Amino acid sequence: MASYPTRYSALALLRKGVTRSDWPRAWRHHDLRSSYDVVIVGGGLHGLATAYYLARNHHITNVAVLDKAYIGGGGSGRNTAIVRSNYLTPEGSAFYDRSVRLYEGLTEDLNFNIMFEQRGHMTLAHNDASLRTMRWRAEVNKLGGIDSEVIDPAGVKELAPAIDVSDRPRYPILGALWHPPGGIVRHDAVVWGYARGADVAGAHIHQGTEVTGIDVASGRVTGVQTSRGAVAAPVVINCTAGWSTLIADMAGVKLPITTRPLQAAVTEPVQPFLDPVIVSGTLHVYVSQTARGELVFGASVDPFSSYSSRGSLGFTEGLAGHVLELMPGLSKMRLLRQWAGLCDMTPDFGPIIGPTPVAGFYVDVGWGTYGFKAGPVAGEQVAAMVANGTVPRLIASFGLERFEQGRLTAEKGAAAVGH
Amino acid sequence: MLVIVCPHCGPRNSNEFTFLGERSTRPAVAATTPAAWRHYLYFKNNAAGEAGERWFHVSGCRRFLDVERDTLTNEIRSVRDVGEAAG
Repeated sequence: MASYPTRYSALALLRKGVTRSDWPRAWRHHDLRSSYDVVIVGGGLHGLATAYYLARNHHITNVAVLDKAYIGGGGSGRNTAIVRSNYLTPEGSAFYDRSVRLYEGLTEDLNFNIMFEQRGHMTLAHNDASLRTMRWRAEVNKLGGIDSEVIDPAGVKELAPAIDVSDRPRYPILGALWHPPGGIVRHDAVVWGYARGADVAGAHIHQGTEVTGIDVASGRVTGVQTSRGAVAAPVVINCTAGWSTLIADMAGVKLPITTRPLQAAVTEPVQPFLDPVIVSGTLHVYVSQTARGELVFGASVDPFSSYSSRGSLGFTEGLAGHVLELMPGLSKMRLLRQWAGLCDMTPDFGPIIGPTPVAGFYVDVGWGTYGFKAGPVAGEQVAAMVANGTVPRLIASFGLERFEQGRLTAEKGAAAVGH
Repeated sequence: MLVIVCPHCGPRNSNEFTFLGERSTRPAVAATTPAAWRHYLYFKNNAAGEAGERWFHVSGCRRFLDVERDTLTNEIRSVRDVGEAAG
């Protein structure tokens, strides 16, 4: 039986290769305890990162992460793995900038190769209004110390020769917002890395454990009911996506969230030809080439709310048309598969992080189409909030109370691909 | 892709329609508070299962429709014009 934990290194790989001994499991199975200090609902990137930072930064290790299915099976495994920080508002860009910086050090930090490739992120402008917003975004970003600038069509062609910058398309390209620190990550690796890190630190990861109720007594959370029995806990954190309003309903907390599917697709692998991540708001599409050579495509959310994650032919047709407008040379490529993930859309395209009217019940939800890139910083800040009992400055503008107070964030212009 | 049976136009592709969201009761404008009004604007049931929705047949008869739909399966139970009384 292999010892636990094994630090991943070239030497460990050589030793395992020579001795042919088994690698230990990256995270272990545990019996469900009858009580924990913190219960995290949802074993995705946000839940696991929260467990990891609770242990590493605050020495809170009596923590359970509960997932009704398997870890990373929801939004964490269905997103298009894009990371960037060129948001529109100062609070938004400061928050996502912290996330990019955490991602930059995450492979070392977790001792798990997350394959973060900072190949640059390019948002194309097809009309004057987009170009104007991009100039605004670039200035906000520069003031916050974020590398971000507007480039012309010749610059687009130089960075991504496959893109058609001529007058042929219906919506010719007028320029782009260029963000060199942006890039893509192996999303499963981030989930597994945090799971392993949280497990080593002492947190329990319980897969196949569905939360069926949340116990509240005199305005305070006291525990959760699960498909494997009751668990007492003074702190419960809702880190789910898609199902976040159903979990919050169990505690009697209403959230301003509607659930919408977002579809994505991947092509057969080809030789590397596309370096940066390409986004077009006008055409509702984003494209990147993975390290394996496949092109990953994503679109905007489906036009009506649903909990069904089935793909549709309308999406495939629209996507193919839009991609060919950008890169006509791809007309012979074949799509391998398509899928959908559930997105929690909020009225202002900002997340909801913070305490709720029920004491001890926290939310880290409403991540719309931007939850993956925020995973590390959300985990770090939620852990700090729970450990210190105060809301950190970096997430102060993302509280649930803003909707009743009329203090909405104005992030729609830079958070949603379709706008 | 969803097929919606419009009471005026018959079975049509959902891309002819605009989804306007869950039906909810608007508070009396003169009597409401800012907090109650914002609650009406932003907070939805987001039901997983039976949902009562409003759709607009923008590329057809241009009538507003009340649609009963299961949000887990996308199965549509009934569609009627907003002018029709609930059956």
